[in-house]
Amino acid sequence: MKLDAKIPGGPLQQKWSDYLNDIKLVSPANKRKFEIIVVGTGLAGASVAATLAELGYRVLAFCYQDSSRRAHSISAQGGINAAKNYPNDGDSVWRLFYDTIKGGDFRSREANVYRLAEVSNSIIDQCVAQGVPFAREYGGGLANRSFGGALVSRTFYARGQTGQQLLLGAYAALMRQVAAGQVELHPRCEMLDLVVADGRARGIVTRRLETGQIETWSAHAVLLASGGYGNAFYLSTNAKGCNATAAWRAYKRGAGFANPCFTQIHPTCIPRSGDYQSKLTLMSESLRNDGRVWVPARKGDRRDPGDIPEAERDYYLERMYPTFGNLVPRDVASRAAKRMCDDGHGVGPSGQGVYLDFAAAIERLGEQAVRERYGNLFEMYERITGEDPYRVPMRIYPAVHYTMGGLWVDYNLMSTIPGLFVLGEANFSDHGANRLGASALMQGLADGYFIAPFTLGHYLAGEKPPALDTSHPAFADARRQVEERIGRLLGIGGPHSVDHFHRRLGAILWDKCGMGRRGEGLEQAIGEIRGLREEFWKQVRVPGGAEGLNPELEKAGRVADFLELGELMCRDALERRESCGGHFREEYQTEEGEALRDDANFTHAAVWEYRGDDQEPARHAEPLNLEVVKPSQRSYK
Amino acid sequence: MQAALSFYGTAVGKKMVVAVTGLFLFLFLLIHMLGNLQLFAGPEALNHYAAFLHSKPVLVWGFRVLVAGAFALHILATLQLFLQNLGARPVPYRVKRTVEIDYSSRTMIWSGPLVLLFLLYHLLHLTVGSVHPDFSAGDVYRNVVTAFSLWPVAAVYIGANLLLGFHLKHGLWSWFQTLGLAHPRYNRWRNCFAWLLALLLATGNIAMPVAVLAGWVD
Amino acid sequence: MKLTLHIWRQRDRGDRGRFVTYRLDDVSPHMSFLEMLDVLNEQLVGRGEEPVAFDHDCREGICGACGVVINGLPHGGFPGTTTCQLHMRHFQDGDEITVEPWRSKAFPVIKDLVVDRSALDRIAQAGGFISVRTGSAPEANSVPGPKEAADLAMDAAECIGCGACVAACPNGAAMLFTAAKISHLGLLPQGQPERERRARNMVSAMQREGFGACTNYRECEAACPKRISINFIARMNRDFLKASLLHGRERGGKRQAR
Repeated sequence: MKLDAKIPGGPLQQKWSDYLNDIKLVSPANKRKFEIIVVGTGLAGASVAATLAELGYRVLAFCYQDSSRRAHSISAQGGINAAKNYPNDGDSVWRLFYDTIKGGDFRSREANVYRLAEVSNSIIDQCVAQGVPFAREYGGGLANRSFGGALVSRTFYARGQTGQQLLLGAYAALMRQVAAGQVELHPRCEMLDLVVADGRARGIVTRRLETGQIETWSAHAVLLASGGYGNAFYLSTNAKGCNATAAWRAYKRGAGFANPCFTQIHPTCIPRSGDYQSKLTLMSESLRNDGRVWVPARKGDRRDPGDIPEAERDYYLERMYPTFGNLVPRDVASRAAKRMCDDGHGVGPSGQGVYLDFAAAIERLGEQAVRERYGNLFEMYERITGEDPYRVPMRIYPAVHYTMGGLWVDYNLMSTIPGLFVLGEANFSDHGANRLGASALMQGLADGYFIAPFTLGHYLAGEKPPALDTSHPAFADARRQVEERIGRLLGIGGPHSVDHFHRRLGAILWDKCGMGRRGEGLEQAIGEIRGLREEFWKQVRVPGGAEGLNPELEKAGRVADFLELGELMCRDALERRESCGGHFREEYQTEEGEALRDDANFTHAAVWEYRGDDQEPARHAEPLNLEVVKPSQRSYK
Repeated sequence: MQAALSFYGTAVGKKMVVAVTGLFLFLFLLIHMLGNLQLFAGPEALNHYAAFLHSKPVLVWGFRVLVAGAFALHILATLQLFLQNLGARPVPYRVKRTVEIDYSSRTMIWSGPLVLLFLLYHLLHLTVGSVHPDFSAGDVYRNVVTAFSLWPVAAVYIGANLLLGFHLKHGLWSWFQTLGLAHPRYNRWRNCFAWLLALLLATGNIAMPVAVLAGWVD
Repeated sequence: MKLTLHIWRQRDRGDRGRFVTYRLDDVSPHMSFLEMLDVLNEQLVGRGEEPVAFDHDCREGICGACGVVINGLPHGGFPGTTTCQLHMRHFQDGDEITVEPWRSKAFPVIKDLVVDRSALDRIAQAGGFISVRTGSAPEANSVPGPKEAADLAMDAAECIGCGACVAACPNGAAMLFTAAKISHLGLLPQGQPERERRARNMVSAMQREGFGACTNYRECEAACPKRISINFIARMNRDFLKASLLHGRERGGKRQAR
């Protein structure tokens, strides 16, 4: 596998503008002749589909949801970063770049991250023009708030529903192009395989979820914007339908998969309450702006929080990280919470929780001000737990939230398969080993609005992929494989439901490849997952048939892929013998329990190559030649 | 013309036609009531008022045509909306529950036709006189008093006006909403206003049969 | 707790459908309504029966995918709550619960409790956008927007497109959904150039989809999980009326050749 990142030469600040000046362009008359497939309609997918359609390409867009507006980007709460420096607190493109690369624990590509910071301001302009109702100040200007891992206020927000508003903006742009006939949109239509013909990604195989119909689609390029793989853990903050099938099928067709072990555990989620739990609910990181995190200082203290006097409380984040306090980055906050609970300070019925207390904020600002800032989040908390956070401190615990790893892409966002581009959470590009809050929305929209439309044009103009339709044998072949697999799943007729296996996979991953990882645990996990996979293919029961709406069949295909991907996550975690960002190998830590990187040996992206079901995948490395930033011990003290 | 048709082609457009014609009919009712309340001023006043109206046939007939047209549009648009609504939920819910609907809004669809039936009766009764036991053209005062002396007739008038009151209460409130007259600052007054005007009209109209029955007017 | 569920089962669009009664013995009050259905489905799969199909995705009240009528009220009728966030502590041991899909001509049932809400997307396609080219936007702070208007626009923009307003309306009208989008965009300075065209086109699209008409029952507002106010309906009506009265002026600038 050849990994050429194709990073343009020249100084960091000039790379993207020089690149834009140098790329090849497609003439307007020729754009009409190019068909582009976009899989997924979240921030990245909807924005790229709309933008390409606007440029004149013919776009085919697919999503598994009943409406493209429901993609999981909609759940993002807190905000989107940009280096506008409206609050005049010293922000700049450089600082946003540096914070992001440091937040990612120096495991991302400088050129990509700098470009991300560079286009961040255009994203805000674009969204405002689309009608995204960002929070404003009385003077009519846009408001900002601060977020974890930064010392400036650079986060733009729309109440606690920023992702929703940004997605609805992109959805509106997409709807406009659908109405104009430039985009053919296929909702309730799931991609089940990638078609590679003559060495290029040339199409996909889909299943119509309502009828079960299998179809093939050809195009000049395929863009995956299909999100992350956090649902491998079963319990996560992802939507129930989020899955890695599109990305995993691409991997099995030859695309490299980078850093699968880089998963993000978000510190502020509502703790789970029972075995039936189907998902975890995130409480926005913005709550840490005003909430104080604490546990009882005495182990096993089961008193009501209100009965524990100030002196017997341990505000451990403020104690351990006085500079950033409650606003340390997510990986740091999560690990600290886990450590407190493992040490016996945890609260709540399960002992797996810490307090997030607003009493001080209510005293300082008044209940009304707190209600204005976080009212909808407090309500959500009360609906789920039945407790009033204005009176009783919230209980929170970390949960799987985001995956930094994903399909490997070069500077053009193209994978190792020519013609296959990967955008948003589905790629690995910008967040290194840990993503900072409010950066995912920025990356999804940067890729979709401002990067892929140019890099795709460059590819099409340069490579001139020849016309080709679904009569090419590669389509029939991929289609047959999809049908065989569905038939196999339906034919097993074992005793256990799909969720049964998914829950067990999740438990293995959470225990051994979650917040803390150890070499021997990961080795065990690999064996256990293999065993579970074999059991799945013998004992799962998928009721119903291949035709018609069959949610169990949809889940079965996705879980079958997670059972393979989960193993790769553990394998990657095992091979990365260092701790960095969200990847914490307990063998590699500082005396204070912080992540201990091994820059000499691991300043690279690990890229996995599929070599067949009966062969172990090959690990390749793309060195991250950090030229500008100097990796340092990430300190938030 | 095309613009008018496409406007009327939407449910919102039809609702606005219902609202505007409804308001016109309400104004007519208000004037009608104010004129009739001269009953309390004695036979001369009322009969004089009637004679005055009849001396201006162009005015009266012009007005009648306008009112009839408003009625026709009001009913046509409502009927079309009713049919549209019937078709919008072909399979009903097994459990039907509502939260906000009040009596007057729920009963619009049959308070309307009942008021219409009453109107036909009223026209035959006190305008044409064909269902009046002892009708004498020109002596409005006597016609009214003899009519309301029969308690079943008075009861019909009282009942119909109560119904009309409810119809107007929801209608007047809806009027603001349908024509887009809403502002958080004044919204709570819309309901008060609707209640007040509906009450005013119903009380005024009901006062007449009640007064005759009670013997205050003879 | 023990529950008796009467759930609408329908194989596909063509099937007539019927209610089927299920009993659940061990429901925890901490479960969400959908988790309760998960437990039922797990039992059905165990018995070799087809599980109940229902739409759901984020399970945190924002994607708008879920939504069933619970005992006659969309999303169960608890203020500001979607079906996925409705917890079983609101029910009593021994309760009978009737679960029905959204009922509307414009939302045909696909299977069991799953309906086709693409009509809402088509309303959005008719004008629920601001036509701005990627990359052509002016500097964000160059167009100041009053905070009050931005907040009000946000109130409307919170709509999750679940369709509960249609399900709740005795007439099956989609006024609240459409009004929320028209108001959200119409309240912002960026939305002004297309404001009238948008109102006209979206109201007409609503008509084409077979929704009912508004009779100001206010059931939509009560059912909306985002508590969107019917004041936005008045606002839409106002915009529509204005647009209709002034319709045609944009082609009146030049003397027409005969």
